[in-house]
Amino acid sequence: MKISGRNVAAFCGLLVALLIAGLLELLTGSANVPIRDAVLCLLGRGNEAAGMARQIVLEVRLPRAMTGACVGALLALSGVLLQGFLRNPLAEPYLLGVSSGAGLAVTVAMILGVPAFIAGIYTVPLFAFAGALGALVSVYMLAQFRGRLMVTTLILAGVVVSAFLSAIIMLLASMSTARFYEVFSWLMGHLQPVSMGAVVWVGIWTVLGLLASWMQSRDLNALMLGEEEAVSLGVRVEPFKRTLFLLASLMTGAAVAVSGLIGFVGLVAPHTARLLVGSNHRRLIPASALAGATLLLVADVVSRIAIAPAELPVGVVTALVGGPFFLVLLLRHSRSLTGRPR
Amino acid sequence: MPLSCSILSAGYGGEEVVHGVTLQMRPGSLYGLLGPNGSGKTTLLKSLARLHHPISGSVKLGSRSLYSGMGEREAARIIAYVPQEENLAFPLTVREVVALGRTPWQGRFGWLGRRDGHAVESAMEEMDLRQVADAPFDAISGGERKRTIIARALAQEARILLLDEPTAHLDVSHALSLWALLGRLSRRGRTVAVASHEMWHLARFCKRLYLMDMGHLALSGTPSQVLGNSACGRAFGVKIALVRRGHSITPIIN
Repeated sequence: MKISGRNVAAFCGLLVALLIAGLLELLTGSANVPIRDAVLCLLGRGNEAAGMARQIVLEVRLPRAMTGACVGALLALSGVLLQGFLRNPLAEPYLLGVSSGAGLAVTVAMILGVPAFIAGIYTVPLFAFAGALGALVSVYMLAQFRGRLMVTTLILAGVVVSAFLSAIIMLLASMSTARFYEVFSWLMGHLQPVSMGAVVWVGIWTVLGLLASWMQSRDLNALMLGEEEAVSLGVRVEPFKRTLFLLASLMTGAAVAVSGLIGFVGLVAPHTARLLVGSNHRRLIPASALAGATLLLVADVVSRIAIAPAELPVGVVTALVGGPFFLVLLLRHSRSLTGRPR
Repeated sequence: MPLSCSILSAGYGGEEVVHGVTLQMRPGSLYGLLGPNGSGKTTLLKSLARLHHPISGSVKLGSRSLYSGMGEREAARIIAYVPQEENLAFPLTVREVVALGRTPWQGRFGWLGRRDGHAVESAMEEMDLRQVADAPFDAISGGERKRTIIARALAQEARILLLDEPTAHLDVSHALSLWALLGRLSRRGRTVAVASHEMWHLARFCKRLYLMDMGHLALSGTPSQVLGNSACGRAFGVKIALVRRGHSITPIIN
């Protein structure tokens, strides 16, 4: 397939959108930083900017913007992998309980007061990975039927596990009055101010996640036709599905560790990308990452100006947009989801 | 290399639907698999395509076991399978669906090289799909979808082609040209097997027919041997008369 002008335009558009969203993020906040100063800081000429602009932009807002972009990309990648291998447009990390699993493990760590750093190792992501994997294994085992993984059963199992884990999180949070607010605000998802070390960590994770996901393009495309067809095209389906499950849960775990439970980015971003570049995963995967990064940054900007000077958890904004989006998808796909051929 | 199975039994969840079938298909021939609905044609074809693990018996390519001696990718480069129908989870264009046939030859990222592109374009040409190449697969007619799936199998460039009712949904002219194409492909050295109900085409184009009845291989032989046998009519619950004209035979169903 040739590289068509339309796809080039779509990718350029996505990049420009991401840059604009990033710039908006740098301009948003309680302190007023003019656009000229923000750009000067980015160009390494922060000394020419007025007052505290340099500190605010480079030490507070830039790490936040970068984290937001990475978390958005990770959630979108996780969503696009889950949708692809479940052949289900409604799949996303939440639906399968992967996010809640990560969330529960981190909540337990918070309530037990496990320090964020032990011997220099950032512990939160470790808990998140463990939780995501735990939820994943439970869902996977619940959905096994005669040695095979049934797609519809998998989603049901995911929803049940997710609801159950969320209930435990709320139970634990309510029992621990001292940390209730901390747990609660984290559960709603927020891009808190982060250290540069955490930014580098999540950045590396995002790049690795993108590459590893991109490498699944060929087999994800084949799987669009169904499992049997994928096998007839040479895909080793069962190990491939396990790889995707693992990748999706690792990326979700990383995102949850950094910014709590942010829903719907994994749903909205891949579908937006699909509208722009089509369903071929070779293009869809990088486009989803860009769309996810942009979406989360825009949502974060909205969360900071909607009730300024107070700040909404960003998860509230993504859910307010994502909920109706989910319903539209549900209505559009209801026929194909009931299993009747289109 | 011949594709063969020996005392092959296959089924679903412990229920056997193919019982002890032994047959062999050689390169350069077009084989027809006929039988009433539910006689086990599709299951047999899938077992031969390395898609359905047999309950007992073996499937071999030459002397190699298809299931224990060969990986999915290697098998996919040798055997292409065309299912009865197909549903896409997400919209792709006709060209993209055909390009999926290149999967066993591609690297992990799914880039298409020049050779891949050539295989895709000539498969679409062969299946008369140029007009709809950029249309969404979901928006084209049933016959065009069928041709797209077959073009995908052609783009796979496998030496063995197994097709399950490839001419269902096709109009007379496209059905006839597909049969002619399958005949050409087999004469060029491929092994081609077709499960079909169209006795007229089976009689005209196939070198050898296999009749499946209630999961058993009831008859095998040349078209006139199989269609001329009263057991064939009994399997379908009809009477079949053969009109012979020179070397060709035409079945008439009463």
